[in-house]
Amino acid sequence: MSKLLDDILVLDFSQFLSGPSASLRLADMGARVIKIERPGTGDICRMLYVSDVKPEGGESTIFHAINRNKESFAADIKEEASLKAIKKLIAGADVVMHNFRPGVMKRIGLDYENVKSMNPSIVYGEISGYGQEGAWSHLPGQDLLLQAVSGITYLSGNSNQPPVPMGVATADIVAGTHLTQGILAALFQRMQTGEGALIQVSMLESLLDFQFEVLTCYLNDGKELPVRSEVNSAHAYIAAPYGIYRTSDGYIAMAMGSVIKLGELMEMDALNKYTDINDWFMKRDEIKRILQERFLQKSTADWLSVLEPADIWCADVYDYKDLLESQSYRILEMEQWVKSQGLKVRTTRCPVRVGGKRFISEKGAPGLGEDNEKITKEFGL
Amino acid sequence: MQLPLKDIIVLEFSQYLAGPCAGLRLADLGARVIKIERPETGEAGRKLSIKNMWVDDSSLLFHTINRNKESFAVDLNREEDLQWLRKLIRNAHIIIHNFRPGVMERKGLNYEEVKRINPSIIYTEISGYSENGPWKNKPGQDLLLQSLSGLTYTTGNKNDPPTPFGLAMGDYLCGNQAAQFIIAALIKAKKTGKGSLLQLSLMESLIDFQFEFLTTYFQSRKLPMRSEISNGNPLLSAPYGIYKTADGYLAIAMMPLSELNEILQLGALQDYREDEAFVKRDEIKAIIARRLLDHPNQYWLDKAAVLDLWIMPVLNWKEMEASQGYQILEMEQRVILNKGKSFLTTRCPIRINKKVLKSDKPAPEVGSGNETIKLFLG
Repeated sequence: MSKLLDDILVLDFSQFLSGPSASLRLADMGARVIKIERPGTGDICRMLYVSDVKPEGGESTIFHAINRNKESFAADIKEEASLKAIKKLIAGADVVMHNFRPGVMKRIGLDYENVKSMNPSIVYGEISGYGQEGAWSHLPGQDLLLQAVSGITYLSGNSNQPPVPMGVATADIVAGTHLTQGILAALFQRMQTGEGALIQVSMLESLLDFQFEVLTCYLNDGKELPVRSEVNSAHAYIAAPYGIYRTSDGYIAMAMGSVIKLGELMEMDALNKYTDINDWFMKRDEIKRILQERFLQKSTADWLSVLEPADIWCADVYDYKDLLESQSYRILEMEQWVKSQGLKVRTTRCPVRVGGKRFISEKGAPGLGEDNEKITKEFGL
Repeated sequence: MQLPLKDIIVLEFSQYLAGPCAGLRLADLGARVIKIERPETGEAGRKLSIKNMWVDDSSLLFHTINRNKESFAVDLNREEDLQWLRKLIRNAHIIIHNFRPGVMERKGLNYEEVKRINPSIIYTEISGYSENGPWKNKPGQDLLLQSLSGLTYTTGNKNDPPTPFGLAMGDYLCGNQAAQFIIAALIKAKKTGKGSLLQLSLMESLIDFQFEFLTTYFQSRKLPMRSEISNGNPLLSAPYGIYKTADGYLAIAMMPLSELNEILQLGALQDYREDEAFVKRDEIKAIIARRLLDHPNQYWLDKAAVLDLWIMPVLNWKEMEASQGYQILEMEQRVILNKGKSFLTTRCPIRINKKVLKSDKPAPEVGSGNETIKLFLG
């Protein structure tokens, strides 16, 4: 089976997560991705240890996760000879991408206009924090800070909680996903026109797009701010029972469904009076409180055995240990071993299956400058 | 500007969010997206509203997700309709469906059948939990997937119950990944003439979303712990998180404690070494939190700006809208409905050659494209 992207060469100048997560996806599709890194330190993510986990070999766990299946070319762009080598690489590349703050690539002569003059059909992708202009454009594109200004922290948690950020680097991942879409669309168009393109995304625009359903509601409802429910909140705009509830031995997640039917199945007369469907939203706090009290009286398994056969949308709430032990996780074969600088590292695979096949590659994250020699020879640098 | 996916035809056999948000992105990039809907009622998402907001017979929510598309109504039990559909499939490039496993087979529209009609088709199926396994018939609903994927233990503080993301993360990410792979498959189809089968599930997308957490877990076998206060990301050290000040909230990203202390000026913080910022993050965060209450947001922001510290105010949408940083993005666009009505929504987040992509074309009424599409098919 041929890959979706054969013969596509990507030069990735980006660091941390937003850009590198985009190039990881391109690598998963079959592109050849070369990280262009500063000698000595390289992508700063290499040393960004998390959870106090320092694998032997030096690189952080997250660096391994984000940069598998890539090559590394270390070059000091401030040095004439290195810059010349990079320009030669650019001449043969299909995609150049970076996530520097606006102006940085221009100062080193590698902004779109310059790169285009070296390679007119280049697809040039860039991710910024806040866009290329305006009062915030010079600020660092850091995930938590972007979540903070985008309003998204008022959507999770209960109403009495402070703003609650999403605990995964959502802005980075979403912006990276959008950049990949744009780069691919430009590569597709190039096959017809021969022309490259500049593709720009910002983490702020990406987070606004992620909120498109609820923001559109806000823009048309007289601009009422979202109100999270007082208890068991899972979505500021959705009626009871939507939320996670404590049971006698754990938790249960309840998606949208009929409050009346739940009352019958769970043998609770207290819910009988909520016959007006609008009350499920307007009075969701009191309904949720009644439900919460009842859920505490039985175990999660007991409730699931009552509710699931009746087609109520509900589920257990798992941590990673529970998840990894479940058969449904195991059949996905989401894990793979990759080899990185003599080490074996366990990580996840590309989430999309093509032609019924999982994409697995044992090529791990590269050491800093690991491929310099090979690339120098291959491209005659 | 010629949009990159011009002349590409997408048939969307999808409902609610995951499939339709993939279709929306392809539409904004120039594709012609045709929703294949049941006559009269159409897709189920038409009747799903938030805050009881309606545009016409369909909700504002539906209009938000399905603008810039057409609708072709077919009754799959009628042979005549099926013939039209097969004709349409012959002319299409992409099919996206998010029915539960087995539904498309029963209608004779599974990949093998469709491939026989159109060998270069890109056939995309989105499920909740993949096509196999004990959960394959469970509803692929976003909150349930968040709960089963471990995601709810990343957000909120240590003593909070599991806290879901207040948006449909699984649906949105899976739909966006579908759009990515569809365009990559178009590149391959253009080159080789061959189509592709693309399979995605919300579960695989949410696992991928947590790849940093899981890769760390595979090495340490220690479950990620949310911090006791101001959890911003369970993997990260103090000070990372959101803190209350005298008049609002601030988000403080990663930085050495010593740098933060240049603005906090706390003797107590000097007692901690930088390499204790993870293991002792709860006590460190408590010290920082107490100090930040002493002054309003602007006081701290002014000090942080001088040192270029990674700190931003926490804004709600009203405050965000009032900021120049938001306004300059031109993120809003107006969708024009018939009879002079319109509504505001957001635009595609991708810029091409410095241009924003906007379209004022509304979501279709059920079957409103039937006549045009039949004429086009001849």
